[in-house]
Amino acid sequence: MTDKVTNIMIVGVGGQGSLLASKLLGKVLLDKGYDVKVSEVHGMSQRGGSVVTYVRFGGKVYSPIVDKGEADFIVSFELLEAARYVEYLAPSGRIVTNTQQIDPMPVITGAAAYPENLVEKLQQAGINVDAMDCLSLAEQAGTAKAVNIVLMGHLSKYFDFPESEWLTALETMVPAKFLDVNKKAFALGKAN
Amino acid sequence: MKQLMLGNAAVARGLYEAGCGIISSYPGTPSTEITEEAAKFKDIYCEWAPNEKVALETAFGASLAGKRAFCAMKHVGLNVAADPLFTVAYTGVNAGLVIGVADDPGMHSSQNEQDSRHHAIAAKIPMLEPSDSAEALSFAKLAYEISEKFDTPVLLKMCTRISHSQSVVETGERAEYPVKKYEKNITKYVMAPANAVRRHPVVEERLKNIAAWAETSGINRIEKGSSKLGIITSSTCYQYAKEVFGDEANILKLGMVNPLPAKLIQDFAAGADKVVVIEELDPVIENFCKSLGINVHGKDMFPLCGEFSQNMIAHAFGRADKPVKKLDEAIPVRPPVMCAGCPHRGMFYALSKNKITVLGDIGCYTLGSAAPLSAMEMTLCMGASVSALHGFNKALGKESEGKTVGVIGDSTFCHSGFTGLATIAYNQSNSTVIILDNSITGMTGHQQNPSTGKNLYGEPAGKIDLEALVRAMGIKRVRIVDPYNIAECETAVKEELGVEEPSVIISRRPCVLLKEVKHSLPFHVDTEKCVSCKSCMKIGCPALAIKDGKANVDITLCVGCGVCRQMCKFGALKSSDEK
Repeated sequence: MTDKVTNIMIVGVGGQGSLLASKLLGKVLLDKGYDVKVSEVHGMSQRGGSVVTYVRFGGKVYSPIVDKGEADFIVSFELLEAARYVEYLAPSGRIVTNTQQIDPMPVITGAAAYPENLVEKLQQAGINVDAMDCLSLAEQAGTAKAVNIVLMGHLSKYFDFPESEWLTALETMVPAKFLDVNKKAFALGKAN
Repeated sequence: MKQLMLGNAAVARGLYEAGCGIISSYPGTPSTEITEEAAKFKDIYCEWAPNEKVALETAFGASLAGKRAFCAMKHVGLNVAADPLFTVAYTGVNAGLVIGVADDPGMHSSQNEQDSRHHAIAAKIPMLEPSDSAEALSFAKLAYEISEKFDTPVLLKMCTRISHSQSVVETGERAEYPVKKYEKNITKYVMAPANAVRRHPVVEERLKNIAAWAETSGINRIEKGSSKLGIITSSTCYQYAKEVFGDEANILKLGMVNPLPAKLIQDFAAGADKVVVIEELDPVIENFCKSLGINVHGKDMFPLCGEFSQNMIAHAFGRADKPVKKLDEAIPVRPPVMCAGCPHRGMFYALSKNKITVLGDIGCYTLGSAAPLSAMEMTLCMGASVSALHGFNKALGKESEGKTVGVIGDSTFCHSGFTGLATIAYNQSNSTVIILDNSITGMTGHQQNPSTGKNLYGEPAGKIDLEALVRAMGIKRVRIVDPYNIAECETAVKEELGVEEPSVIISRRPCVLLKEVKHSLPFHVDTEKCVSCKSCMKIGCPALAIKDGKANVDITLCVGCGVCRQMCKFGALKSSDEK
């Protein structure tokens, strides 16, 4: 086991279901014997606003938050949110993002425009980006609600943990009748 | 067993293990989950109180009767509970009494950034401050020992980052706490002047004794470092400091922030070349150190406002900033918004359209101040919409009476709106109050309140009849409207503002996020009928956007409330079952 602390940010739009993703991550990491901290924000900012969850693990974790220039991974449920937190990426960090776009209120009212070709712009800025249509993959697995598990499946590629450990953790937090769908979503995320 | 636990859940676990028997709280971010998690233990009776003052008085009563008791609130809630707080310091307790208070530096979900440590100092009550979930659990238990050892209420101070971070805890067993017999003691519990005069010196003496205990009890600890730098800190700032300095700096980690251990601090400072106090918000520890004649740094290096972080601390010590990636692109902000189908939207549109001055309150509906509705013009504290409206109208008379309203949610009305309405009824201002009754406490995540008919456990409970209550105050004009019907809202507002007597409009429809609320079919846009006038954009619904010049409905968000249909003169917005 490495003592180095790994930093993950899970970002998205309030109500997109990032809680289950961080719960799954936390369980897998704790079961592996790491020190883990998971930090989230509740309340007003959840109402359709930009939301962030920090997950940190390693030999010993002090701060519950990930700061600018520190994130080894930014896992994003929505494209604009991936771009919003670019400054948090570590030099070798990687963005894993859903390509789904959700217009924020200033875009809806016409006060601002949703930036175009964000994935390409991120790549041009020298950022490692894994972009995929997680909503379609989740629907392919059986439910649009499994976007979070698709993202976790993809993230799992970057950790040398046996797949069984992820699936065991998944079993403890997903109702039995939804387990197959979620396992399928995990596999699709990993394969893409 | 080791497990990851939210700070608030860890407090609840600590209360359980300490044998706490009764909890009364008012929800408030970031404190809410303490009580919700505690309610999962069948050995603790939990309830929502109408407000924090009632919660603390209830907990005090339970302590007096002999059960270990607790109440939780957010920082501004402690202001509401300040009246009993200052005097329960005088009476002391029977069984242990612990008061949980959660600050919100950075104001993630609050109207101010006040530092609760001032309340502890002013009320002369000991305050513990955990720095992670493991300490949240152990400090909750320790708080009861201190409460009973020194015959004092104890404040347990959380903050957003401790309350809403999960870290590793090891749980223990519950130690049952037998009811401690209540004994009549008029000189201790009746705070009439003659008795209070005798209690005040007891409070001062107690504070000295607790300070002496804090010197050596281990709740404040020194971590030796390899350099001569000394850092005094607590709570989440301790974690940031450790993140930056590891084992390099000497750290005095404070677990009790009131009273502070003078000798421990003096001895610690004597061994360091330079002492820096790292604390969020006000310079409480710093000023104490300076009062001891110790030369410390603090707010000369760090801000008074907002949350800290590891980078901010590293930067303040002159360390190089971490390299960051940049994207040369304007990223639109994503502020929180009223949900699609939110029952507040229709009423706010009606108010905005008629250019009514809206004095607001605390809740989801504070979002009525955001563009494009921009309807709310004032938000101060719980209940101020009603009483400030009264003052506004008394000041301006006819000039404002016909075009100004106060809006307040059902939970906030039960919290602090009754008394404001009483002044309208009693002092007779021609004021119109709108109760936005979504039948739940929304912003904090759906807690029941005295007007919902259910208790904390979701079981049937007493239900305050708001209409009857308003009438009982002598206000004759009370009417109910459906906020999904804009025309009905407009008519009611115009008529009630037109009469020369106090009136109340209850805008009633349950929160669309409640499980029992059935959603209608989503809407769609008939693009042939849509003339791109963007009228439907005026209501600020997150399910509506302009795509390729025409209105477009996000069917994954739309709940078919039909408010947008009333905005469209061309019949372009239709339910899914309409062609």
